[in-house]
Amino acid sequence: MEIPYTVKARPDTGLVNAKLGVWLFLASEVMLFGALFSSYILLRIGSVEWPHHVLDVPLATINTAVLISSSITMVMSWASLMEKNFGKYRRFMGATILLGLVFLIIKYFEYTHHFAAGEIPSKSTFFAIYFTMTGLHGLHVIGGMIVNSYFWGPGSKMWKTQPERFTNRIEVAGLYWHFVDLVWIFLFPVLYLL
Amino acid sequence: MEGNHDHEHHLGFWRKYVFSQDHKVIGIQYGFTSLLFLLFGFTLMMVMRWQLAYPGQPIPIIGSWLGDDRAPQGIMLPEFYNQLGAMHGTIMVFLGIVPLAVGAFGNYVMPLQIGAPDMAFPKLNMMSYWVYFLGGVTMLSSFVMPGGAANSGWTSYPPLSDIATTGQTVWLCGMVFLITSSLLGSINFIVTIVQLRAKGLTFMRLPFFVWAQFVTSFLLLLAFPPLEAAGVLQLMDRLAGSSFFLPSGLVVTGQPLNVSGGGSPLLWQHLFWFLAHPEVYVLILPAMGIVAEIIANNTRKPLWGYKSMVYAAIFLGFMSFIVWAHHMFMTGMGTIISTFFQTTTMIISIPSVIILTALLISLWGGSIRFTTPMLFALAFLPMFGIGGLTGLPLGLSATDIPLHDTYYVIGHFHYVVAPGTIFALFAGIYHWFPKLTGRKMNEVLGRIHFFGSFVCMNAIFMPMFIVGLAGVSRRLWDGGAQYAHAQPVLHWNAFMSMGAWTLGLFQLPFIFNLFWSIWKGKKVEENHWQATTLEWATPTPPPHGNFLTVPEVYRPPYEYSVPGQKRDFIPQNQPMEA
Repeated sequence: MEIPYTVKARPDTGLVNAKLGVWLFLASEVMLFGALFSSYILLRIGSVEWPHHVLDVPLATINTAVLISSSITMVMSWASLMEKNFGKYRRFMGATILLGLVFLIIKYFEYTHHFAAGEIPSKSTFFAIYFTMTGLHGLHVIGGMIVNSYFWGPGSKMWKTQPERFTNRIEVAGLYWHFVDLVWIFLFPVLYLL
Repeated sequence: MEGNHDHEHHLGFWRKYVFSQDHKVIGIQYGFTSLLFLLFGFTLMMVMRWQLAYPGQPIPIIGSWLGDDRAPQGIMLPEFYNQLGAMHGTIMVFLGIVPLAVGAFGNYVMPLQIGAPDMAFPKLNMMSYWVYFLGGVTMLSSFVMPGGAANSGWTSYPPLSDIATTGQTVWLCGMVFLITSSLLGSINFIVTIVQLRAKGLTFMRLPFFVWAQFVTSFLLLLAFPPLEAAGVLQLMDRLAGSSFFLPSGLVVTGQPLNVSGGGSPLLWQHLFWFLAHPEVYVLILPAMGIVAEIIANNTRKPLWGYKSMVYAAIFLGFMSFIVWAHHMFMTGMGTIISTFFQTTTMIISIPSVIILTALLISLWGGSIRFTTPMLFALAFLPMFGIGGLTGLPLGLSATDIPLHDTYYVIGHFHYVVAPGTIFALFAGIYHWFPKLTGRKMNEVLGRIHFFGSFVCMNAIFMPMFIVGLAGVSRRLWDGGAQYAHAQPVLHWNAFMSMGAWTLGLFQLPFIFNLFWSIWKGKKVEENHWQATTLEWATPTPPPHGNFLTVPEVYRPPYEYSVPGQKRDFIPQNQPMEA
C-alpha cells in the first residue's frame, strides 16, 4: 500500500496531507509567537519605564514593504506553476528569495547599528525582547529562504516528473512564507510604533 | 503491494533498522529508548531514596563511583541531590513516559488501527525520533558539565535557574530538541488520523486509543510552543545577559546582581505551566486509550459509553489549556485569578471522571479474562482514581496552600503517573507484544511483575500522603530530619525507600521476560486476543506497508459478544451480512 493523498485531495476532507500538515505547523507557530507577544505585553505592563522611538522606523517601513512584496512574488510563482509556465516560476521564486535577502541585509544594518550604540539584550528588557522576537523571526526568514532556494534549485526537478505535486509543494511553502510575513506585520507596529 | 515488497528488499541494514522510515520500526526504536530512559530515571530516584532514608550515610556499592564533587566518601552532597531531583522529573516525563506513550505506542499501533500503510510523513517521523534521541543525549550529557546537571527542579523556576550552573543551559538546549521532536510528531499524528483513515472508518468508529492519541497530539502541538518560547527567553537570560525572568534589585549571596532587571519570574511560571498542565493530560490520555482497548478486549464487551468517552476526551483537551495557574496558587497572583483557575480545575475533573466511570461500568457483567495486560489495566483504574481524587484538595486554593510544598503533591502526582500511566504502559506492552513478535510474554513472570509492582507502588506513594499531611516539605535533601514537626513521620522515609528498591527488583522479571519472549516466548496465532480492531487484521509482524489488501471498515470498534453470532467478536473489517 502506498501512502494516499500526497497529490490528490482526500474527498471528505478536501485536503492533501502536506497542506493539512503545514496548517497544523502554522498553528503551533502561532502559539510560539503568541507566547512571545504575551510575554512582551506582560513585561511592558510590569515595567517602570518603556523606551519609545529608539528603533529605526524608516528602515523597518522599507522592510515591511520588502516582505509584503516577497509575499506577492511568492503567490505569483505558485500562479505561474498553475499556468504551467516553469520559466516564470523560476523568476518569481528567485525574486522571493532575493527579497528575503534584502530584508535580512536591512536587518543586519539595524542590528549592527544597535550593537555599536551598546543597545544589546542586557541593556534593557525592551532590547532583550526586541532582539529575541526579531531574531527568532529572522531565523524563520532564513528557514523559508532555504526551503525556497531548494524549490528554486535542486527541488524543482520534480516539476518534470510530478508537476501537480510540485505545485502543491510551492503552495505549502507559500503558506509558510506568508505566515512569516504576517508575523512581521505584527512585530512592526508592536516593537517600532507603539 | 508488489512494488513495496521489492522496495523493502533493496533497503540495507542502516535504512531498515536504524534510519528507518517505517512507523513500526520507529515505534520500536521509541519504545526501547524510552524504556531505557525510564529505567535510568528510576535509578536516579533509587539513589535519591537512600539519602532520604539514611541521610548523611554513605551510599552502598555505587557511592564510591560517584566522585568527590557528587558524593565525597559516598555521602551525597545536597547539590547532587538537587541534580538527581531535577533530572529524575525531566527524564521520566519528557524522555520516558511521553515518548513511550505517544512515540512508541502511538507510532506502532495508531496507523495499524486506522488501516493506514504508514504515517502520513515517514521522513518526518524518522526525524522526530532522531531529534528526540539527540535531545536525550543532550540531557544526559549535562551530568558531566561543570557544576553537574540541571539542579533547579524539573520546572526550572527562575531566578534560581537563571543563575544556575552550565547544566541548566544544556537542559534548555535538550528541551528545545525534545519540543521540536514532539511538534513534528504531533503534526504527523494528526494528519495521519485525519487523512489516512481506512474507507468506512468514520471518526465515531475510531478505537478510543486513536481518539486519545488524536487529542494528545493537539495538546502537544499547541501547548509545547509556549515552553519553547520560554526556553528561548531563558537561554537569552543565561547567554545574552537579558533579564526576562530577573526582577530589579535581585541580591545573590549578599551581592546585588549586575543585570538590567525589570523581568518577571512569574512569567516563566505562566509559560511553563501553560505547557505543563496539558502535559499532564498528554501523560494520562494515551494511558486511558490503552486501558480502554484492553478492557473492551478482556471483558468481551463493547466499551460502555464510548461516545461520552470521546466527547469527554475532547472536552478534557480543551479545558486543559485553561487550568494551568492552579500550579501557582502559592505565588500570590491574586484571589480573582485563583478563583478562576480553581473553578476551571473543578470543571476539568468532570471529563476525567466520565472516562474513568465509563471504564469502570464497562467491567459490569463482562466475562473478564484476567490476563496480565488486563491486571495492569484493572489496577490503573483505582490507582488513577486515587491520584485524581487526591488532586481535588490541590485544585482549591484554600486547601492547596498548606499542602502545596509538601510530599502530598508528590504522592498525588505519582499516583496519577506511576501506578496510573506506567501501569497502563506495561499493560500495553503485554497486550501488543504478540502483534510485534508473534509470541506472547510469559504469564507467570507477568503476574510476579504485576503483583510485586502493585504492592510496591502503593508502599512508596501512600505514605507520602501521611508525610505530606504532617507538613513535611518535598524539597528537603535530608527528608525532613532537621525539622521537629517531621519527627513523628520520619520513619516512613525508610519504608518508602524499601518500597522503591523492591519495586526495582520486581522490574527484573519484566526485563527478562521482555527479551526472553522475543525469541523463546510461546508462539501464538495472529489475532491472539481475539480482538476486533484493525491492527489484528494484518499479518504478524506486519510487513512494510502493513496490510495485504486495502482494509475497509464496516462497524464500530468494539463488537464483542454480539448476540446470535458464532464467535464472540466481529472484526471491524468484517462486512455486514446482507
